[in-house]
Amino acid sequence: MAKPGLDGHDRGARIIARAYRDAGFEVVYSGLHQTPEEIVQAAIQEDVDMIGLSSLAGAHMYLFPRVVELLKEKNANDIVVCGGGIFPEEDIPQLKKAGIKEIFTPGTPLTEVVKWVEEHVEPRSS
Amino acid sequence: MFTKETLQRIEADNKKWQDLFQESVSKAPERLERFSTVSDRPVKNLYTPLDTKDLDYAQDIGFPGQYPYTRGVQPSMYRGRLWTMRMFAGLGSARDTNRRFHLLVNEGQTGLSTAFDMPTLMGYDSDSPKSRGECGRCGVVIDTLKDMEILFEGLPIERITTSMTINPPAAVLWAMYIAMAEKRGISRRVIGGTIQNDMLKEFIAQKTFMCPPKPSMRIIADTVEFGTKEIPRWNPISISGYHIREAGSTAVQELAFTLADGIAYVEAALERGLDVDSFAPRLSFFFNSHLDFFEEIAKFRAAKRMWAKIMKEQFKAKDQRSMWLRFHTQTAGCSLTAQQPYNNVIRTALEALAAVLGGTQSLHTNSLDEVLALPTEEAATIALRTQQIIAEESGVAHTIDPLGGSFYVERLTKDIEEEAFEYIRKIDEMGGMVAAIEKNYPQMEIADAAYNYQKQIDSREKTVVGVNKYITEEELPVETLQIEAELEEKQIQWTNQIKNSRDNGKTKEALEKLGEAAQGDDNLMYPILEAVKEYATEQEICDVFRDVFGIYRDPGVY
Repeated sequence: MAKPGLDGHDRGARIIARAYRDAGFEVVYSGLHQTPEEIVQAAIQEDVDMIGLSSLAGAHMYLFPRVVELLKEKNANDIVVCGGGIFPEEDIPQLKKAGIKEIFTPGTPLTEVVKWVEEHVEPRSS
Repeated sequence: MFTKETLQRIEADNKKWQDLFQESVSKAPERLERFSTVSDRPVKNLYTPLDTKDLDYAQDIGFPGQYPYTRGVQPSMYRGRLWTMRMFAGLGSARDTNRRFHLLVNEGQTGLSTAFDMPTLMGYDSDSPKSRGECGRCGVVIDTLKDMEILFEGLPIERITTSMTINPPAAVLWAMYIAMAEKRGISRRVIGGTIQNDMLKEFIAQKTFMCPPKPSMRIIADTVEFGTKEIPRWNPISISGYHIREAGSTAVQELAFTLADGIAYVEAALERGLDVDSFAPRLSFFFNSHLDFFEEIAKFRAAKRMWAKIMKEQFKAKDQRSMWLRFHTQTAGCSLTAQQPYNNVIRTALEALAAVLGGTQSLHTNSLDEVLALPTEEAATIALRTQQIIAEESGVAHTIDPLGGSFYVERLTKDIEEEAFEYIRKIDEMGGMVAAIEKNYPQMEIADAAYNYQKQIDSREKTVVGVNKYITEEELPVETLQIEAELEEKQIQWTNQIKNSRDNGKTKEALEKLGEAAQGDDNLMYPILEAVKEYATEQEICDVFRDVFGIYRDPGVY
């Protein structure tokens, strides 16, 4: 679970981190104000299967695709990336095109977020 | 407030009534298994004089403008002057926001309130790598004094007050505002307004950080000291519960942590050797107004009473203005929904009404589209009209504290006060708020409350219309505001132009002097003012702080 950029709204990210933990996942939370480079480095170091990005301050169109790009550069693009937060409707298809697997918007129940991971994320083979 | 005999009679009648009630619900059960507020506080079926029998009118409630100020800090309240309608606004460039300010003032707004973009809030310039993609996105970008000059161009700052929501770099933006006013020939003793400048709640909830808690408190104490001496009409701190609530706290936590922060600031100013009555009248507060109507009204009323007691009893204030809890209110952003966004107008109206019935001094009403993006002009105007309808059509401002004496509201006010004082005692035992923050205590209390609330929504124990009940498939589309993509490039070029045209020798010298002051004990406001006048950028000044005081990193607890 990661918070890219300068945005400090971490209520959602911390709630989602707890929900995954309570569902039996091992969760690493980056804390706030991380650059895409720091997030990708931590993800590889911690050998995660998925990165959840949270953004509520409007910088997602730069920050989210940048994470996917960096994962590709490091040959780690089998790490699934998904996002949650506040996004204008028209940005969502573009984010998906840029390689963000799923986007969760406000009002999504915790159970649904957990179920999506159970159904869509496989442990990495390497 | 009732004689013993009357209470005995009410007690007997109440018993009879409870039997009647039970009989009624045994035939048709109550519609909920459990009745509780947004903050999960149980609510009884009926409140009577029995619930307020421990209250003394003179001691606990009193009259407006009289200790303990439960019914309002001013004697005349809205009979004299309505609250200030202060809409928070900031978008794109200084020029864009200046246009929005003019629109709001022309529509009848009576105070200004500035929202800055993330890099400005964190003390970075537009050209910092950390600012990529963020310029002007969630507020206005300010890099130098030049931007501040444009932001307030043509606005009558000698007669309307300005609030600036800014925290780690508050001293810098305040200095820019003072320098801007003086360049226009307006004395620093005339300008009025507020800087948020409340770092403790940043560590607790809003999370815009720069330096660690202790040096942050030093910068704040410098601003309070400077303001007390130089800018008499300015509120140098707006002690804020708003963000604590937005982070998911309960109403009691919002109140308790905010007042505990207030106590820490008073102590820091006293340590400077300032007399309590010299600065305390300029401390102001900022609360959230959430959806639970009566709980919020009770929270505001409890806040006024608690602060008066704290200032009088704990800090021995003598000036009654030191005991006044003057507060701004913003309706709860976190209560708005992206689904069926037009419903947000109604939510905001209810929350605004609670703030008014709670006696707020100024109010921001959220726009219906703020859950999606920065508000459009149309949406911001509807939000302002909401306040004008409450003020001038509904009649609620005709009498002072109209809910005073309500059995439910008075009971709730007292309960909230007692529970909040219990939290303050706990924080006190930990060694005060700075120590409690270092232990992550308030952060984790809020995280627990936020998680519980989310689970109650998921299980539909709590209703959110349009989200977990009354869901519609087809949504009415809402036009949202777009920030131009080229803004970042333009702003970087603009700031570079300013850096190239200033006297760089003088800028450098001013920054060096600031560094020396930071290493010593001198008040930082004076060298900051010198630096902004030489058009030092916000980040150049903040980098001095980061170098001398270090950088705070989020502990990342959940």
